[in-house]
Amino acid sequence: MTDQLPTPLPTGCEPSSNCDSRREFLGTAVAAVAMALTGCGKLSKEEFLQHNFRELTKDEIQTIIARLESEYKAKYGKTVKVNNEPAMPGVIFGYALDLSRCIGCRRCVHACVKENNQSRTPEIQWIRVLEMDKEEGVNLQHAEQYYDPAEVPREGHFYMPVQCQQCKKPPCVKVCPVGATWKEKDGIVVVDYNWCIGCRYCMAACPYGARHFNWGEPGLNPADVNPDTHYLGNRPRPKGVVEKCTFCVQRTRKGLYPACVEICPTGSRKFGNLLDAKSEIRQVLEHKRVFKLKEDLNTQPNFFYFYGV
Amino acid sequence: MVILSHFKHFITDTVGLMIQGSRLYYAWVAFLLLLIGVGGFAYANQLNHGLIVTNMRDQVSWGFYIGNFTFLVGVAAASIMLVIPAYIYDWGPIKEVTILGEMLAITALIMCLGFVMVDIGRPDRFWHIMPLVGHLNWPHSLLAWDVIVLNLYLLLNWFVVTYLLFSSYLEKHYKKALVLPLVLLSIPMAVSIHTVTAYLYNGLASRPYWNSAILAPRFLASAFCSGPAVLLILLQVLRRTTRLKITDEAIFKIAELMAYTMGFNLFLTAAEAFKEIYSGTEHMIYFQYLLFGIEKNGVHYNTLVPFAWASIITGFIAFLLFLIPKTRTNWTTLNIGCVLIYASVYIEKGMGLIIPGLTPDALGEIFVYRPSFTEIAVAAGIFSLGALVFTVMLKAAVPMMLGEFTISKGRKAAVAPSEADPIEA
Repeated sequence: MTDQLPTPLPTGCEPSSNCDSRREFLGTAVAAVAMALTGCGKLSKEEFLQHNFRELTKDEIQTIIARLESEYKAKYGKTVKVNNEPAMPGVIFGYALDLSRCIGCRRCVHACVKENNQSRTPEIQWIRVLEMDKEEGVNLQHAEQYYDPAEVPREGHFYMPVQCQQCKKPPCVKVCPVGATWKEKDGIVVVDYNWCIGCRYCMAACPYGARHFNWGEPGLNPADVNPDTHYLGNRPRPKGVVEKCTFCVQRTRKGLYPACVEICPTGSRKFGNLLDAKSEIRQVLEHKRVFKLKEDLNTQPNFFYFYGV
Repeated sequence: MVILSHFKHFITDTVGLMIQGSRLYYAWVAFLLLLIGVGGFAYANQLNHGLIVTNMRDQVSWGFYIGNFTFLVGVAAASIMLVIPAYIYDWGPIKEVTILGEMLAITALIMCLGFVMVDIGRPDRFWHIMPLVGHLNWPHSLLAWDVIVLNLYLLLNWFVVTYLLFSSYLEKHYKKALVLPLVLLSIPMAVSIHTVTAYLYNGLASRPYWNSAILAPRFLASAFCSGPAVLLILLQVLRRTTRLKITDEAIFKIAELMAYTMGFNLFLTAAEAFKEIYSGTEHMIYFQYLLFGIEKNGVHYNTLVPFAWASIITGFIAFLLFLIPKTRTNWTTLNIGCVLIYASVYIEKGMGLIIPGLTPDALGEIFVYRPSFTEIAVAAGIFSLGALVFTVMLKAAVPMMLGEFTISKGRKAAVAPSEADPIEA
């Protein structure tokens, strides 16, 4: 009965793809399953058979990057460079956030979205800024993410931005059933968007709400695409996979600051190499008293909070 | 290879039995196919648009699908409840019941795998989770463990059921030396599938509601309430509609065992509630969301409250009905009790487990989740698929178990000798 119904052509289906030939043979449900399984022509055989990033040879990675770049070119009509810069030796990135300076302006949130090619519709934000009651201190049950006053900071409140804490013992990495997420040598927890199966176990495991899922096809206008990308970082993501903050791996591995650090108007955000005794982050650890969010969970973040003044 | 050609006959005859039936049978199958079609259509839409057609979001990232999955793992595990007395204590009347229990386990596992498949964002990458072919993060990920134990348990039950039916099809007695070790193995396997599924949640320190040491015992206790409840109803239907011999004694014995597990389940729930409420730490907020609702910024969030209390009250009434011998041996009250306990556990181990675990979320946000139409339609499709699988399995299995349908008797089931005894399965 249902197999008599016409098959709706999903958006983005290439006319020359094998979708059309399939549609003639299969009923609606079956065809839709098959098309989804074949990605409606968007999913090439190469992509389907692609293995876990960490098991690929250098040549295979180069081939994949070339394929991704041509796919992005076709999709966004502009050249998108996919970088594969490895971790620098002798570097472990650390981050510190000054709670006494942050005014909750959310410029970091939007700079992050712009830099990292997040979906705009619906908008995915890797940084969530929590408005807290001064009387309560850091108490998540009294946190408000959707504050919208005419002016920040609001009387009686302070602000706590939360993003991936790049834990030394990341629970998200431990639980992933397919090893699609791991900790790099420089301490950054990354996701292989081509290997993630979208089970969202990592999202349940993360105590910081740092992982985000592409519930629908990411809505990213060609004009908004940042063409400087990293394979494990800000390259445009497909539907149905998890993504997260990577400390702007595409920037920091080239010696640049993460976008959120660069944009912060109050200088609340400090970033650097934890292994370099002269780095700013080490100065913070030396001269300020820091704490970690949800320290009791022993996730051991490389992200610290402190009160600078 | 005579055995192979016999097996080929067995398969074709089994399929033959499955596709031939009364008008009522066809109507029932057509009804299920209709629901499967609706579910399939909803799922096709989900595949096209992504999981955005569900009401899950980053805050509540698991919902109705995973709730049903968890509940059904319990149903699958519960067949052990019937296997233990049958094989360890060699208690006769329950033996023919165990093969039905195993078929129920197969059905529940198929539904479990279905719910996992519809929940993942990239079903096209399913091979990534397969051992050897993909990259299974074992032993670190509990989900990897779950994949292994669920599939092994499915394989084990499928093999035992097929072997027992094939034996009776060949008019032979099954080899006890083969069946007994496998059936004994299925006991720890059943415990392990539900334990591993509980650990899946239990191991997440980020979610205090799940991070409780008695989660796995609670899973097992509740599973041993809901699984047998399905069977008790089913056994009554079967002995009316077929010539399968199931004694009152067998049914009442199962009901008695259920009274103990239900009492234990209530005790464990009370123990958890006591610890959370009396100590009253910030971790109590999840229990509070479930049982009383939370007020934040003048808004009262109490979506789960009526369901939570319905679960507790129905669970308690069912416990009393099963505990009192008079109501346990009265068919009306027994069946009411079965429905009540099934509903109670379905709420408790479905939405009552998943949603408060994720609400408030890791950053304290309260996101009100209710399943979308797509989620309900897909779930209905999967439950119908399960019902269809179970129906066709029963359709073929019952005449074989009765010895009415064997290799020599062929398709003349109607003229089978009436004195044929049920096989000792």
